[in-house]
Amino acid sequence: MSDTPDIAEHLATRAQRDDVLELGMWTFLSTEVLLFGGLILSYFVYRHADPQAFLAAGRETRIVIGTINTALLLTSSFCVAAALQAAEQGERHATRALLGIAILLGLSFLGLKGLEYVEEYREYLVPGIDFARTGENAHGIELFFIFYFIATLLHGIHVACGIGVLAVFAALATATRASSRYVAGLRTAALYWHFVDLVWIFLFALIYLPGRNS
Amino acid sequence: MTEKNYLTDDYRLVSWFTTTDHKRIAILYFATLIVFFFIGGAAATLIRLELATPGPDVVSADTYNRLFTMHGIIMVWFFLIPSIPNTLGNFIVPLMIGARDLAFPRLNLASWYLFVLGGCITLYAIFMGGVDTGWTLYTPFSTLYSNSYVSVAVTGIFIAGFSSILTGLNFIVTIHKLRAPGLTWYRLPLFIWTLYATSVILVLATPVLAITLVLLAMERLFGVGIFDPRIGGDPLLFQHLFWFYSHPAVYIMILPGMGVVNELIACYARKKIFGYKFVAWASLAIAAAGFLVWGHHMFVSGQSLTASLVFSFMSFIVAVPSAIKVFNWTATLHKGTIRFDAPMLYALAFVGLFTIGGLTGLFLACLAFDVYATDTYFVIAHFHYIMVGGMVTAYFGGLHYWWPKITGRMYPEYWARGAAILIFFGFNLTFFPQFILGAEGMPRRYHVYAPEFQVWNVLSSGGASILAVAYLLPMFYLGFSLFFGARAPANPWGATGLEWRTSSPPPRLNFDQQPVVTEDPYDYAHAPEPQHV
Repeated sequence: MSDTPDIAEHLATRAQRDDVLELGMWTFLSTEVLLFGGLILSYFVYRHADPQAFLAAGRETRIVIGTINTALLLTSSFCVAAALQAAEQGERHATRALLGIAILLGLSFLGLKGLEYVEEYREYLVPGIDFARTGENAHGIELFFIFYFIATLLHGIHVACGIGVLAVFAALATATRASSRYVAGLRTAALYWHFVDLVWIFLFALIYLPGRNS
Repeated sequence: MTEKNYLTDDYRLVSWFTTTDHKRIAILYFATLIVFFFIGGAAATLIRLELATPGPDVVSADTYNRLFTMHGIIMVWFFLIPSIPNTLGNFIVPLMIGARDLAFPRLNLASWYLFVLGGCITLYAIFMGGVDTGWTLYTPFSTLYSNSYVSVAVTGIFIAGFSSILTGLNFIVTIHKLRAPGLTWYRLPLFIWTLYATSVILVLATPVLAITLVLLAMERLFGVGIFDPRIGGDPLLFQHLFWFYSHPAVYIMILPGMGVVNELIACYARKKIFGYKFVAWASLAIAAAGFLVWGHHMFVSGQSLTASLVFSFMSFIVAVPSAIKVFNWTATLHKGTIRFDAPMLYALAFVGLFTIGGLTGLFLACLAFDVYATDTYFVIAHFHYIMVGGMVTAYFGGLHYWWPKITGRMYPEYWARGAAILIFFGFNLTFFPQFILGAEGMPRRYHVYAPEFQVWNVLSSGGASILAVAYLLPMFYLGFSLFFGARAPANPWGATGLEWRTSSPPPRLNFDQQPVVTEDPYDYAHAPEPQHV
């Protein structure tokens, strides 16, 4: 049954292999939803408890960097989707180029995020390391930034993992022999990357937008 | 020379540690869990020894705190949660559904390594001096005050959690995509349904524990006060997040046991399971409703009365699918041709003990009674009836039932029946007195108690020593059977199910030919006769 080399010996057909990969990723993403969900829930509990402080804290964030980063990540997701399209049509060089762009955009995202952290450190906004705010909102602002750092670090780790995965697929784009397996793998990797993108859209709204309309 | 099976396929040690065969990984898990079971059991032994007298004579108060924490952490995360899913489930699921392996064999191996890594880190924390917070790790004690190895232990639990998630993911994908031709959902053995429900909980609840432990560790390591009321943080939020995982985790610790019991009762009553579809859907109903009851651990925490009422109501709702299962098991027994082989004795013990554990759970779901019984031995007795009386009993039952399939050898039947009966008596003697102690008001987690409680405590400690012997017995006679037991035929019990259609032990890829399913499950009217009576 598994006489073709691109199917593991415990699977019967290519279709089954692709199904297994894709369902595996969706199941994994459901785990991820609950991972970030617990964090976001905690954010809302505290935002509900101290709304004024969270609005004040939102105004302290770097919305310009945040917005550029959103654009970078959304564009990278587009590139990954286009790379998958190209791979399905057998255009391997285009696949590699598009994945390369997506990786660069992801790296730029991380670079800008690091820059943002440095600025926040300079403004004494890092709880546990260097945090200095006074006034009635100080505690609430501290709580906000605790969540800000945990959530963006956790997301950043996901971005870094995603870049690693995309890099593997970029490297294999022109070398691979078993092409149907490659496409199935890339489709699964793309799912993950879009998910990381989606998490950021939620984080963007929760981190940068509070308190901006006044 | 017999044909090669998964055990004789490759004799080198390295072939075990690099295997992707689900059957071998099940055995790796099994060996690992025995170690953890005895470490956790040793802690329980010391606890019962201390409680044999009212005064403090064996350990200090501080040591006692560390002992019950160690007992809880090891038994919950490193024995009960992986027990049936990762050993029997790992071994049987692909066989039962006619697959050659789980969907992701390498991920399966990775999950074992993660489990061992998490276990080693937790053991390191324990042997360096332990943790004194209780297994529930409540804030702010665990974050601000405890001078014990909380962060290390939490890291170990966090890593073991990913092992759970990967196992759950693997089962879900396998059950969806790798079933044999003709094996529709309603032809699946009920063990598969319960493991499916368990996997859903593993995948959806464990990440919440992971993020909660991250928040806990951040607060402890960086002093950032997420749950610290001094900066507006809420210690209760920790309890909500913790129980959002840990209550569903209770169902991780009982659903697979229910699954095993379905198989045993149908096989040894020689009857089709009564109300198959109801039992199947009851598993998913328990999993779903189990996510909405966590607040019943927090009735006295100061949460709103409205919240308490809703959680109380939902807890009663969970009892409905649980009761459906019990009624269907008893209805299956009705007019069955019952044989009291050792696995059946375990299954019947399960039904009785689970019913007591479940009904006392309803007492505790009542707001008024729970306030009275909170943090007493009544609670301890209740959840031990579920987890030890239920899950561990089912684990032993399943282990005996599938032992010929796993090892290719028959176990000694009379020894096994003796151990099963001893476990039943030892268990009841240990934990039934604790209901009475709890009702009389003895609190949990103290190493000393008022002298009037001593009679019941002595009975409990005496029962515990019987239980300890009963748990050790299978080690010896099962170990003996590995070398001297009679060779097992493919289907010694005359059972239905695909796992009995292949040789014992199965070949490396499970089946020589892809099996095809054409009949309903538990078709005992047409099953082969048992070969061992």
